Amino acid sequence: MTTVIKAPGEGAAERSGGAGAGPGGREERRAEGTVLNVFSHGFLAVWAILIVLPLIWLALGSFKTDAQIGGSALSWPAHWNLDAFGRAWDKGIGDYFANTLIVMAFSVPLTMLFGSMAAYVLARYPFRGNRFVYYFFVGGAMFPVFLALVPLFFMVKRFDMLNTYHGLVLVYVAYSMPFTVFFMHAFFRTLPTAVHEAAVIDGASHTRIFFQVMLPMAKPGLVSVGIFNTLGQWNQYILPSVLMQPQTGSDPERYLLTQGLIQLQQQQGYASDLPVLFAGVTIAMIPMLVVYLSFQRQIQAGLTTATLK
Amino acid sequence: MSQVAQSKGRAGFIAGFLFAPLALYLTFVIWPYVQTFGYSFTDWSGQSPVFDFVGLDNYSALLKDEVFRAALWHNLLLLVFVPVTTILLALFFAFMLNAGGRGGAGGVQGVRGSGLYKIVYFFPQVLSLAILAVLFGAVYRSDQGGLLNGLLVRTGLVDPQRPVEWLNEPDLVLWCLLLVVVWHGVGFYLVLFSAAMQSIPKDIYEAALLDGAGRGQTFFKVTLPLLWDSVQTSAVYLGIAAMDMFVLVSTMTSGSFGGGPDHHSEVMATVLMRNFLYFGRSGYACAMGVVMLVLTLILSIITLRATRRERIEF
Repeated sequence: MTTVIKAPGEGAAERSGGAGAGPGGREERRAEGTVLNVFSHGFLAVWAILIVLPLIWLALGSFKTDAQIGGSALSWPAHWNLDAFGRAWDKGIGDYFANTLIVMAFSVPLTMLFGSMAAYVLARYPFRGNRFVYYFFVGGAMFPVFLALVPLFFMVKRFDMLNTYHGLVLVYVAYSMPFTVFFMHAFFRTLPTAVHEAAVIDGASHTRIFFQVMLPMAKPGLVSVGIFNTLGQWNQYILPSVLMQPQTGSDPERYLLTQGLIQLQQQQGYASDLPVLFAGVTIAMIPMLVVYLSFQRQIQAGLTTATLK
Repeated sequence: MSQVAQSKGRAGFIAGFLFAPLALYLTFVIWPYVQTFGYSFTDWSGQSPVFDFVGLDNYSALLKDEVFRAALWHNLLLLVFVPVTTILLALFFAFMLNAGGRGGAGGVQGVRGSGLYKIVYFFPQVLSLAILAVLFGAVYRSDQGGLLNGLLVRTGLVDPQRPVEWLNEPDLVLWCLLLVVVWHGVGFYLVLFSAAMQSIPKDIYEAALLDGAGRGQTFFKVTLPLLWDSVQTSAVYLGIAAMDMFVLVSTMTSGSFGGGPDHHSEVMATVLMRNFLYFGRSGYACAMGVVMLVLTLILSIITLRATRRERIEF
């Protein structure tokens, strides 16, 4: 009995010998297990197909002609060429991509820097009003963005930052604060004080301790919050669609990728060049797929622990 | 801490580190929230700087607004069905992944390839809602070019002359949108529940097994109570997502800022945006924002209270 119980996890399928030693009920359970195994693989496979099938179908669509796409969903591409991808790029997908990267190159590091600075001070330096400032930051996570949208638009307008990269960067940073402060605060609290004290005795300034001692120690936390913020800001749609509209005729279009795809979708309603739209989406999906497959363990762990904290 | 407290420049350091984050946060988050409350009592159009104080007029108008009431009802429907469907499916699959495998002894045997399943299931989570909108816009197309109609026509379930108009059918549109949210969310919550299941010590299962508990019993009497915290958090997150829905509704359904056909897929967020950007009724839109906030807060509290149970430490 005990050997059977200690064995789970290793070569489960071939352990028929162990069951023979057990009481008869164990045999039944094993049979039930096999049935359940087939059963669960069946369900799991169905859901996996439901996830993968539409994505592949869409990617295939970028190789079809418009007539094929309209004719039947189950048609197979006749010519494998990359025309639609070229056209999608010309329609601005390339620019939208670049715009998104420019914004995120600044917004994510700045979010992490400001978020960690505030979280660090609040976690490590007791002062009057510390708790208040902390809850003030964290409380923002409760409110939907919609609540602020109307005045936010006019606020950004007053600063003359509508349809500018820096305007959007600052707004992204501000809206990422509650979550970043919350998570990094929890993380800084777990770091040992001894290292900090040693640095103080060595005569390091507060600022230096933060950048050279504490921040490197907080790296695991920075990575998972960084992933969370990167995905969140990459997928943001409402903020750019309100804040990144050309203000005058001469104001260049600075759409982000999400915005650009929706724009493309709405244009396709009239122009009926669906392969371009599908190619655009495929282009937008590929970097996510590559990043996801390379870091899937960190992404899954980062996102889920961040949610549960 | 005493060392830190005594060292010089402490106050200046604290102020210096808090200044920039706080200034940004106050300017772009807190102050607009406060303003929303203020503007919700005015007839501000958004265009002109002049506006009058109208008291609770916006709120009483909201109560009579048929479109907003329909939107509210749709949000409430989603609020029930999005969390319930997603959590049930996620729990089911997480259980299948972690305990659906062969081998009765441990009772907690995972199926083979569970890592691969998780990779596939989680992927939709990294896709933006804009991509989802385009993807499912194509899946739900109202002719044979749409994936669903194409498959249904091919299998003979649907007459090729009269394909299903998924997103233009008043009774279907909301459920089509619900399926998109579920498709998107199940993988994430599955990974979440799965991680929680794996953190449950194995000896608890062994004890249950020795006491003669079957798989079903183990799940309902051991696993589920120990997962309750995660389920609760998930319900709140999904509830907040169900209150939003702006991106999908505004891009997938007909009408300016979506909501069609004939307001059958309207949600509060789309009504708000239409009033703000299309009708120029900013004060009224702000009042909607306030209602959305209050509802979100109430529902979060209700969910946390109603599902509260004794916390089990292990």
